[in-house]
Amino acid sequence: MSHVKLNEVLLEVRGLEKHFGHLEVLKGIDIDIHKGEVVAVIGPSGSGKSTFIRCLNRLEEPTAGTIIFEGQQINTKKADIDKIRQKIGMVFQNFNLFSNMTILQNITAAPINVKKLAKADAEARAMTLLERVGLADKAAEYPVRLSGGQRQRVAIARALAMDPDILLFDEPTSALDPEMVGEVLNVMKELAVEGMTMVVVTHEMGFAREVSDRVIFIDQGIIQEEAPPAEFFTNPKNPRLKDFLNKVL
Amino acid sequence: MDLFSLTRMAALFSKYSDHFLHGAWMALVLSLITVVLSTILGTLFALCKMSKIAPLRWIVSAYIEVFRSTPLMVQVMVIYFGAAAMGVKVSVPFMKDFNSFFWGLLVLVLNSSAYVAEIVRSGIGAVDGGQIEAARSLGMSHALALKMVVLPQALRNILPALMNEFVSIIKETSIVSLVGISELMFSAKDVVSISYRTLEPYVIAAIIYFIMVFPLSKLVSYIERRLSASVTR
Repeated sequence: MSHVKLNEVLLEVRGLEKHFGHLEVLKGIDIDIHKGEVVAVIGPSGSGKSTFIRCLNRLEEPTAGTIIFEGQQINTKKADIDKIRQKIGMVFQNFNLFSNMTILQNITAAPINVKKLAKADAEARAMTLLERVGLADKAAEYPVRLSGGQRQRVAIARALAMDPDILLFDEPTSALDPEMVGEVLNVMKELAVEGMTMVVVTHEMGFAREVSDRVIFIDQGIIQEEAPPAEFFTNPKNPRLKDFLNKVL
Repeated sequence: MDLFSLTRMAALFSKYSDHFLHGAWMALVLSLITVVLSTILGTLFALCKMSKIAPLRWIVSAYIEVFRSTPLMVQVMVIYFGAAAMGVKVSVPFMKDFNSFFWGLLVLVLNSSAYVAEIVRSGIGAVDGGQIEAARSLGMSHALALKMVVLPQALRNILPALMNEFVSIIKETSIVSLVGISELMFSAKDVVSISYRTLEPYVIAAIIYFIMVFPLSKLVSYIERRLSASVTR
């Protein structure tokens, strides 16, 4: 995976800034995400990494800069964000499964109501995805009956059901009990191997090292360092990154 | 002095039972219509109050505050006599005294909608923000996310409060007797003036209100318990 040849650019971010009132959380982020690439985003809490990933599908509205996805600028008034989001899947720290729906309904809701897929087709596809994440037997259950790890696997299946071109993960394992982290990371690893383009905000250094093609370190609202994982972890240059790695490794 | 006698009360009830039953029926009809309309309107007003359009928010907030901060009895009087003063009279061929019925019902609906709007708004506010973010991230429009995710969850949050509101509507219908709607309180007054007995007809009315309201409020607390049992994880 770290030998990915650079494919076409899928997502191009230039001069991205996000301010909350007087607080400047992002102060100018530039990055290209290539097709099939897995980018791990790490950084101390409060560094702006979650805000960064949430700007990529405009859950946060950027204050300045451009985000171009598949050749089209997405942060303009003209852009049909609902349409664009169909191609940008997202997995959240707190899973955010719809608590009023069964697992199967969670996965089929958007394909049926947004993509206008026939119910039977959407359900067949959902079952395939559930089998893939090992939860086909939970299709009729409600989210409250599932463990955290199971819920996050369902959330990944739900995102995949829209056939996205890129998946954004916002600290997908941070709310999990330690023994459930592995099952979620395994699903993510499989996706990476299959060539899914992924941006993953994470505290799992093992995942960043083994699975990602590139690691970026965000601190104080800018990208302080970016490198392939081997170099990133063995030969960090930025003093803040050195300090951070000393603390977490 | 015998102010009160059970046997006389029984006699009064059997003699004027159709008065009382008609009044009870009217109270139920008024409540039912009010419940249905105020659920719809209250939800709309709640959405208006959360709208991006500022003037809409202001108007709806003003309406809600006025109706929650003045007594229902005053609202009934002001609107009924206000309409009369302006010469507005509403009539339909199939019902006599429709004018009173119309204005009484309108005030009940406006009053109850104001309360329901606040209940719905707090119910929507209690839905976890992550739910709507997840829906939007899948490409759902704001309206679709509301319909599929937020409102069903809000409904579960507010069902007990909503049903309590409806229980109290049954009691509040008694106030529209003031403008001549022949609901239960009106019937009781009617029987008082025919029979020259003051206490018994009102006690009969009280018993009938109790019979209508008590089982419903017990049902509400039962549903409340069931809901909270099913939501806790």
